[in-house]
Amino acid sequence: MPVFSLKVNSSTREVNVDSGTSLLWVLREHLGLTGTKYSCGVGQCGSCTIHVEGSPMRACTLAVETVAKGQKITTIEGLSEKGDHPVQKAWAAHQVPQCGYCQSGQIMQAAALLEKNPKPGREEILQYMNGNLCRCGTYMRIYKAIESASKEL
Amino acid sequence: MKDQSTIDNSLSRRRFLKLSGGFTIGITVVGLVPQLTSCTEDGEDTRDLVAKELNAWVNIREDGQITIMSPASEMGQGSRTALPIILAEELDADWSKVQVETSPIDPEIYGSPGFGPNARKIMLNVGSRTVRGYFKSLRQAGAQTRYVLLHSVAKAWEVPIDELSTEPSMVVHEASGRKMPYGDVVAILDIPETISEISEEQMKKPEDFRLIWNESIGRVDVVEKSNGSAQFSMDIQVPDMVYGVIERGKVHGASPSLRNEAAMRAEDGLIDLVALDYGIGVVANSLEKALKLKEQLDIDWNTNVTAAKHSSQEALDSYATLTQHDETRELRSLGNVRQAMARAAKTYTADYKNDYVYHAQMEPLNAIAAVSEDQTSAEIWAGTQGPGFVAGAVADALGIEPEKVKFNLCFLGGGFGRRSMHDYIIEAALLSKAVKKPVKMIWTREDDLRYGMYRPMSFQRMQAGTDADGNIIAFSHSITGDGSNLLASGTANEFYDIPNQEVELNIVKNGIRLKHWRSVGHGPNKFAIEGFIDQIAADQGQDPLEVRRKLMANHPKALRTLEKAAEMANWGSPLAEGRARGIAFGERSGALCTGIAEISVNKDTGKIKVHHFWSAVDGGIMVQPDNAKAQMEGGILMGMSSVLSEQLTIESGEVRQSNFHDYNLLRMADIPETLEIALLPSDEAPQGMGEASTPIVAGAIANAFLALTGKALTHLPFTPERVKAVLDA
Ligand code: FES
Ligand code: FES
Repeated sequence: MPVFSLKVNSSTREVNVDSGTSLLWVLREHLGLTGTKYSCGVGQCGSCTIHVEGSPMRACTLAVETVAKGQKITTIEGLSEKGDHPVQKAWAAHQVPQCGYCQSGQIMQAAALLEKNPKPGREEILQYMNGNLCRCGTYMRIYKAIESASKEL
Repeated sequence: MKDQSTIDNSLSRRRFLKLSGGFTIGITVVGLVPQLTSCTEDGEDTRDLVAKELNAWVNIREDGQITIMSPASEMGQGSRTALPIILAEELDADWSKVQVETSPIDPEIYGSPGFGPNARKIMLNVGSRTVRGYFKSLRQAGAQTRYVLLHSVAKAWEVPIDELSTEPSMVVHEASGRKMPYGDVVAILDIPETISEISEEQMKKPEDFRLIWNESIGRVDVVEKSNGSAQFSMDIQVPDMVYGVIERGKVHGASPSLRNEAAMRAEDGLIDLVALDYGIGVVANSLEKALKLKEQLDIDWNTNVTAAKHSSQEALDSYATLTQHDETRELRSLGNVRQAMARAAKTYTADYKNDYVYHAQMEPLNAIAAVSEDQTSAEIWAGTQGPGFVAGAVADALGIEPEKVKFNLCFLGGGFGRRSMHDYIIEAALLSKAVKKPVKMIWTREDDLRYGMYRPMSFQRMQAGTDADGNIIAFSHSITGDGSNLLASGTANEFYDIPNQEVELNIVKNGIRLKHWRSVGHGPNKFAIEGFIDQIAADQGQDPLEVRRKLMANHPKALRTLEKAAEMANWGSPLAEGRARGIAFGERSGALCTGIAEISVNKDTGKIKVHHFWSAVDGGIMVQPDNAKAQMEGGILMGMSSVLSEQLTIESGEVRQSNFHDYNLLRMADIPETLEIALLPSDEAPQGMGEASTPIVAGAIANAFLALTGKALTHLPFTPERVKAVLDA
């Protein structure tokens, strides 16, 4: 089995897996970074959202070899040092999570949005977040939290 | 030496209380090895001490730190916060010093007494019963703990106990101006032999609540759910763990025979294949390997089962004319519907239908099981709504003693009724038993959807008669479908004064796996009831709000939710072109709820847009009002999802959908512009909030559509294609 070297959350990690293995399984089961979640495995739900070179990506659709060329991978564990990214703070202020399972993905997607455009309008927020499902129905609060994080930026 | 003396000293002060409510409260001192912090009698062995200590509901340390056990599954409903708040309120604890821990799984101590007067205490989180089930007993536990603190201080200061009062985490003697923090009381603790039950009058009055009804107290699990550290069972890793997946039939109940066993067994990375009645388990040394091997299975399925003959849309269409049922039950009979119909000035009939819906909890089912090598014990990690039943279920499956099963309750990535069955936990145990290693067993989303347990589809024939003034005097509701009681809830109309009512249930067996789904029968049934009332009102030229005002005239609590929602929505005020409002009422798990939707519809595509939604709810005392609102919001959005887009169909026993590309959940772009919730003030015991709002959504949207177009939507979900067909008809 080949060894892949991944730059995750500012450290370099080596994994020994078949090529073609999804980055999601590598992160979760091989590297123990379980904040990134599996829910659909086919790019439909956003639970596995991470940043690759700052852009939001679905880890479940990325084969490990495509991100082993020195790209910077950030997971929820690496979003901020103390869990105090403006988006995370807004999440607490608005009491967004219910079951919480989708929330790593939501937060990573929202953080990427605000990185790209710190002052998004309503339509832009709704469209940008449209690929992230939340079965508990926390969307109203997600929306409000993104708006208020945007005000902090 | 020093350590030893500390321990001895503490052991002489160790305390363990059995209170009248059956609660046990350990009050311990700080700085001890945790195993030795509390126990009953001298001379017990350490094993017992560990167990006993863990049996306490609340633990107060000398530094003032208070630990409160939460006995509930946390699936997003917030009980992990709400239950400790109830206890902390009566204890008068400083909430900032409270830390919450998951209680051990011991129903005798931690079970909810809220399942009926003669029921045994159980640990099961269903039907929005958690807060209301534990409310009384947790208040009692808090009050009794506070009493012990007061009693101890009264003795130490030699003052009458009724001269003492409390402030958050502080005993106060006003007459002398003395105060003692709870932590300091630990050192002078004096536990009375018995503590009688604290009466309701001696407890806090609602106006004195500091924690309950407090909007500013947040959930205890928000931080860990915002930084990725919250542990769902999916996230658990144990040493030597391997991975299991199961290929189940496309037809529910089909049984497999494996054609390529030899080839499979030759595969690298395979640990074992495990034959089950309804599937083949694959255990491999990595998850990716297990999933890959699962795809390579060549299975011959015996589909000689009931489900194979079932095609959902045909079956649903046939129910309207079906005369033979497997069973018919009368659910309710009030007055004489037949006679009332005969003398009615006008009679009405309308049929309603709903397709299957799927739970779609975001965390697919999974569990970790570690069966010991000698196969006499097991340890389990899982998220479940029924933690009290895991040990028994696993023990049964493995043929071992329940005491030999250690269960670790994890966060649930959604429950919605699906996780009160333990099929997935037993599967993990069986796989682990076969390979003699810890196994993380995962259902893929496709497994979870196709071999799910759905909210049943149903057909509902509604009939009614009105008198000369247009009042409904007879109301008949006939339900047809599979799922027994899953179809029955929400049909009683206790808050509508209609003198003659009947409800009947016709059961037809289809062989499809069915289950409770958030609010159970209330979703489809309230849709039919509320929709039908508006169809009648429209024909009579009556305003839907007025009709309900009349029907609820003798039910002030229900009426209050109606009036409040109407006020919030500014009912009757002019609307923009192409908009209309619809109203619906429902009661679920004790909570009364009115909802109003404002919608528009795209006439070209048939897509309904919900612009605003208002809801007023009376759920008694709101232990955690902000979370109660969150539950209401979530219930409405999940309701919208099921009403507007979720559709699971079956052809010849095979589920046609497989993942979120063809099973459509509500997404962010379709949320309303505003969603307002009003929690009506109340001093009455809390009711269930987790499902209160889901049942009103279908009626509110259908009724808005009727107001907008003059046409009735009678088949859930209201997908654009269906809506378009109704518009064009
Ligand atoms: S798990 Fe990757 S998008 Fe759903
Ligand atoms: S919080 Fe439960 S799925 Fe989003």
